Amino acid sequence: MAKKPIGPIRRDFAPWDDPQARPYIEFRNVTKKFGDFTAVDNLSLKIYEREFFALLGGSGCGKTTMMRMLAGFETPNAGEIFLDGQNLAGVPPHRRPVNMMFQSYALFPHMSVEANVAFGLKQEGMPKAEIAGRVEEMLSLVKLQDFAKRKPHQLSGGQRQRVALARSLAKKPKVLLLDEPLGALDRKLREETQFELTDLQQDLGMTFVIVTHDQEEAMTMADRIAVMDKGRIVQIATPSEIYEVPNSRFVADFIGDINLMECKVTARDGEMTKLHAPLFDCAIEVAQPVEAGIGDTVWFAIRPEKVRISFDEPEGPANRLSGEVWDIGYLGDVSIYHTHIAAEETVRATVANRSRTVERPMSWEDKVWLSWDRDAGVVLTQ
Amino acid sequence: MTRADRTPAPATTAGSDIPRPPRQRRSAGGWLLIAIPYAWLVVFFLAPFFIVFKISLSEIAVAIPPYLPTIDLAEGWSNVVAAIRQFSLENYIWLTQDDLYWKSYLSSVQIAAISTLITLIVGYPIAYGMARAPKEWRATLLMLVILPFWTSFLIRVYAWIGILKNEGLLNQVLLWIGVIDDPLTILNTNIAVYIGIVYSYLPFLVLPLYANLEKLDVSLLEAASDLGCPPWRAFWTITVPLSMPGIIAGCFLVFIPAVGEFVIPDLLGGSDTLMIGKTLWTEFFTNRDWPVSSAVAVILLLILVVPIVLFQNQQQRVAEKSQ
Repeated sequence: MAKKPIGPIRRDFAPWDDPQARPYIEFRNVTKKFGDFTAVDNLSLKIYEREFFALLGGSGCGKTTMMRMLAGFETPNAGEIFLDGQNLAGVPPHRRPVNMMFQSYALFPHMSVEANVAFGLKQEGMPKAEIAGRVEEMLSLVKLQDFAKRKPHQLSGGQRQRVALARSLAKKPKVLLLDEPLGALDRKLREETQFELTDLQQDLGMTFVIVTHDQEEAMTMADRIAVMDKGRIVQIATPSEIYEVPNSRFVADFIGDINLMECKVTARDGEMTKLHAPLFDCAIEVAQPVEAGIGDTVWFAIRPEKVRISFDEPEGPANRLSGEVWDIGYLGDVSIYHTHIAAEETVRATVANRSRTVERPMSWEDKVWLSWDRDAGVVLTQ
Repeated sequence: MTRADRTPAPATTAGSDIPRPPRQRRSAGGWLLIAIPYAWLVVFFLAPFFIVFKISLSEIAVAIPPYLPTIDLAEGWSNVVAAIRQFSLENYIWLTQDDLYWKSYLSSVQIAAISTLITLIVGYPIAYGMARAPKEWRATLLMLVILPFWTSFLIRVYAWIGILKNEGLLNQVLLWIGVIDDPLTILNTNIAVYIGIVYSYLPFLVLPLYANLEKLDVSLLEAASDLGCPPWRAFWTITVPLSMPGIIAGCFLVFIPAVGEFVIPDLLGGSDTLMIGKTLWTEFFTNRDWPVSSAVAVILLLILVVPIVLFQNQQQRVAEKSQ
């Protein structure tokens, strides 16, 4: 039976695999330049209705520019953006059915929490009684009913973040844009809010587009992630695909921790590929066909938690390394073993600390064996 | 007092039972530092004010100085007491009897208020434009606003006579364009006074307003726009309320000196332009009535103190809010 990748399988939702599905938001060959600097480079992207989509990348990769173009604060130099089939070119921000939660929250300092949340509804010309009802609904959604009369400067960071969220949700927009929404929160609050946001998106049935540099934020919340670099999208996939099947060294390295070994292809046999890593003097067998000829340079990538570490010599001729423990990072739940192979090369192996005691703990300079399964790693050609 | 005594005690948490340290004594240097501005105020403001106030309680006389009584400290305490006995509020009563004075006050306040409003209408777009200009331009624009101060105030007001008079620059241009057939009479009217005040005091309004608008977070306007607010409405609901401290500061800086303005109404205004500064001048120099002109000055000061106190209160509230 074919194995399936693990991952947060929340629901049966994959419109991107359906060629008939109509994209809700579409970027077509969009380019945005600031002077000489190309922030977004001929980029095309489809986002589907009810999707939680994350734009992930380092600073200056163009992710925020993408969002600002969608909100209407920036105009693309070339290309078009469609929302629900409508070309957004020339539509000013205040006419777009898109609401944004700003990184700085951008709460109106002279207005109470209540007035901030009601602001968008007032612009719509909603009757007063209805506004009051909606504001109450939104404030109870973010659990701030008791703070309605406060001014933003009388709130804590987490509370302000909630007001900003309530304000951007109040109009029940088709699309909610979130610019680094959890950046200013401490870790505990951030984790809590991540799950709250996911639930909220499910309940309200809205399309969320989030911009973040925090991979954990993107992984826990998004249906799909677009990893961006230098104004281009390097890979778009579900969080588990991005993590388990990265398409390039950039993505593999950017998301999580990974061991990368430069290899030569030595044999190709249907579903099986044999490699040799000269720096590690290691034979590698991978259960994956590779688009490369014999003798070509490729990279073998394996996550530390998929590497076994043991005092006993593993069986078989391939997928094993012997080395010396160089450093141990104890993180409580897991320990990371930095193992020196040959002269300068290091391979990291993560071991979950399942029991509180072990018979023979590993220590610095212990001779150990590393090994892995044939389907544990991936071969990258770029 | 030892050095250790003076180091502040570490902050204690609320509710702890450690007694608060006694308030620190100021050193001699500290007292001196505080005394300097107070001494300045006493010598150059309070003392002259009391002299003026004393004269306002005196009686006009054909003498040098032209009022009675005069206090000569060399003649002893009894002379001072005798002089104080002669003081009266007659001049203040006189101010209420002749309607020239309250009309002058009222007209001054009215002219100052109208001028302030026009200055605000002219100055707000200037300050806004400066605050929204590219960063590298702002220093230059600021320089341009301050530039008129490099020429004497009197000369600049004089120059307006050449522009506004019947055969002046403005009328010539308007006649040449064909907008008007007969020259407009602007000089020696209240309109000329408005123009003079707006021109002279514009920088005082633009500068505080610019300082305020420059700090305005642009993302607030983006947020408003994102929530469906068109730009013109965002201006009234976000920009204007947030720039209120700047508007108030700028308006007071124009209104307060404009009420007591003398040079502009004297040079540009007509004979029927009634302003308290002109009335005061006439009392003092033409009528040589020092006591009445002193009373006029004291009342003017009281009229101005009210808005100044309001202004101070407002500033205090802003300061508290920003904490």
